[in-house]
Amino acid sequence: MRSVRSYGFITALFAVLTLVTPVLAAPKVTLLNVSYDPTRELYQAFNKAFAAHWLGTAGAEVEINQSHGGSGKQGRAVIDGLQADVVTLALAYDIDAIAEKTDLLPRNWQSRLPSNSTPYTSTIVFLVRKGNPKGIKDWDDLVKPGVVVITPNPKTSGGARWNYLAAWAYALKHNNNDEAKGREFLAALFKNVPVLDTGARGSTTTFVERGIGDVLLAWENEAYLVVNQLGKGDYEIVTPSLSILAEPPVSLVDRNADRHGTRAVAEAYLKYLYTEEGQEIAAKNYYRPRLEAVAAKYAGQFAKLDLVTIDDPLFGGWQKAQKKHFADKGVFDQIYQVNP
Amino acid sequence: MNAQTEPRFVRIALITIALAFFGVFVLLPLFCVFFHAFSKGWVYYVQTLRHPDALAAMRMTVTTALVAVPLNLVFGVAASWAIVKFDFKGKNLLLSLIDLPLSVSPVISGLVFILLFGAQGYFGPWLVAHNIQIVFAPPGIILATIFVTFPMVARELIPIMRSQGSEEEEAALTLGASGWETFWRVTIPNIRWGILYGIILCNARAMGEFGAVSVVSGHIRGLTNTLPLHVEILYNEYQFTAAFAAASVLALLAIVTLIAKTTVEMAIKRGR
Repeated sequence: MRSVRSYGFITALFAVLTLVTPVLAAPKVTLLNVSYDPTRELYQAFNKAFAAHWLGTAGAEVEINQSHGGSGKQGRAVIDGLQADVVTLALAYDIDAIAEKTDLLPRNWQSRLPSNSTPYTSTIVFLVRKGNPKGIKDWDDLVKPGVVVITPNPKTSGGARWNYLAAWAYALKHNNNDEAKGREFLAALFKNVPVLDTGARGSTTTFVERGIGDVLLAWENEAYLVVNQLGKGDYEIVTPSLSILAEPPVSLVDRNADRHGTRAVAEAYLKYLYTEEGQEIAAKNYYRPRLEAVAAKYAGQFAKLDLVTIDDPLFGGWQKAQKKHFADKGVFDQIYQVNP
Repeated sequence: MNAQTEPRFVRIALITIALAFFGVFVLLPLFCVFFHAFSKGWVYYVQTLRHPDALAAMRMTVTTALVAVPLNLVFGVAASWAIVKFDFKGKNLLLSLIDLPLSVSPVISGLVFILLFGAQGYFGPWLVAHNIQIVFAPPGIILATIFVTFPMVARELIPIMRSQGSEEEEAALTLGASGWETFWRVTIPNIRWGILYGIILCNARAMGEFGAVSVVSGHIRGLTNTLPLHVEILYNEYQFTAAFAAASVLALLAIVTLIAKTTVEMAIKRGR
């Protein structure tokens, strides 16, 4: 009988120990970077470079952990308590949401680092199958009947919101800023979308692996990744006449970093994105660098096209754009409801 | 030979349909998993499984099962004992509540813990003030797993205990055994195969759970990834062969579970 009792006790002790140990064990400084979907390869390379840089300058070891997913979903997880030291999300609104709903970081976060806290930019391009069988050249080809378009869900994905807004910009510029026409255009476009994945990576997998769709609306960096690494010769990039300057911003999550005692290294991490080394890594992963010298070096890699920004009067910044288009019962809900 | 009333062609048709379904929906996918897993050879297979992130995911999965299964075992035995051997108020309520985790979508099971223990949840502010991390950390994963595997042991035990009735316990009590002695010397030996069966099912679900764990994990590679989540991450990083290699470990687990389950079933039959 005694042996039975002590067995129960050992089980309970073991349960408690396994619960506690992972929390206690923290041998070196670790950072958690909560990021969006297509930055996996970028931060894999950048984290390695920064760890070496930090060891050289501060003489300390740092390990950077990564979490990836749809940008909106990731922001939501930080709000709910995911212990991010830094966030590197797809668009400013998702970090605004963290500042609004919590006191983890100040509302003026975007003015703390250069260039709107956006160390690299990107844009939205089309990825089509080899030989471009449907002859897709520009946005108006996407609304033609019979063209199957793949894009993620704007409610959860940052890339999807850039896709949507780029289409909106095109529609308004070609219809004298007539909003009714803009809605019609987007309704027609989304009629051609058979499946909405939650993140950009899911959509790429749908297009590439499952072979669904004629055209994928993609981050430029994601499109290059597919063309150069995933399916050499099977896909082509089509650059539309006009697109949007996608600015994926970064920020320190002050409260979390202070609690972990990682503010110094987390700030250095973000600043390192702006250095020549950081910008080189961004460019090599097909993000458009901000630094002139690096941008000039990689100029041949990126197509020149008309880019509207989110601060264009068309949108009036992320706060306005989010409320108008993606909030509950916003334009997206209205046009997507029309064709179930 | 035996009393079969269906004509021969009906029997053949039924067997063919059953075998065809089995082949298409079970054997083919299983074959695919192993085929893809080894498509780059043995060396690559072993390398991907020895990657620090893969090892961390396996550790997390095993830790989760090591906590969830014993706890659910204790609960399962206690609950089924109480339900079968005693009459008390709320017995039917308990009986139907035990099944709740099976009837609720795993996503909801995960969200419940975010609502309870998330930074914006009911206990969130208190937990933050005391520096305790539950969701997006191993405790959250373990809690969610306990929740979804909660009914596994009890569901196996209740029918077995019901069919055995309480006569043997009553006899033991009449002969002067204490309640505790009766439990350990009469009840437990009678249900030991049922317990083992429950543990096997509970463990399989604990290690394979995706939905609920995905919601509370936070997907920090090397820290809060279980094996099923690791498969998803690898797949999304276009490392398809590595994803299938990790999946093959889960498939192997399923096969081992199946063999163990069949063995125990045979033992139960022999025991009767």
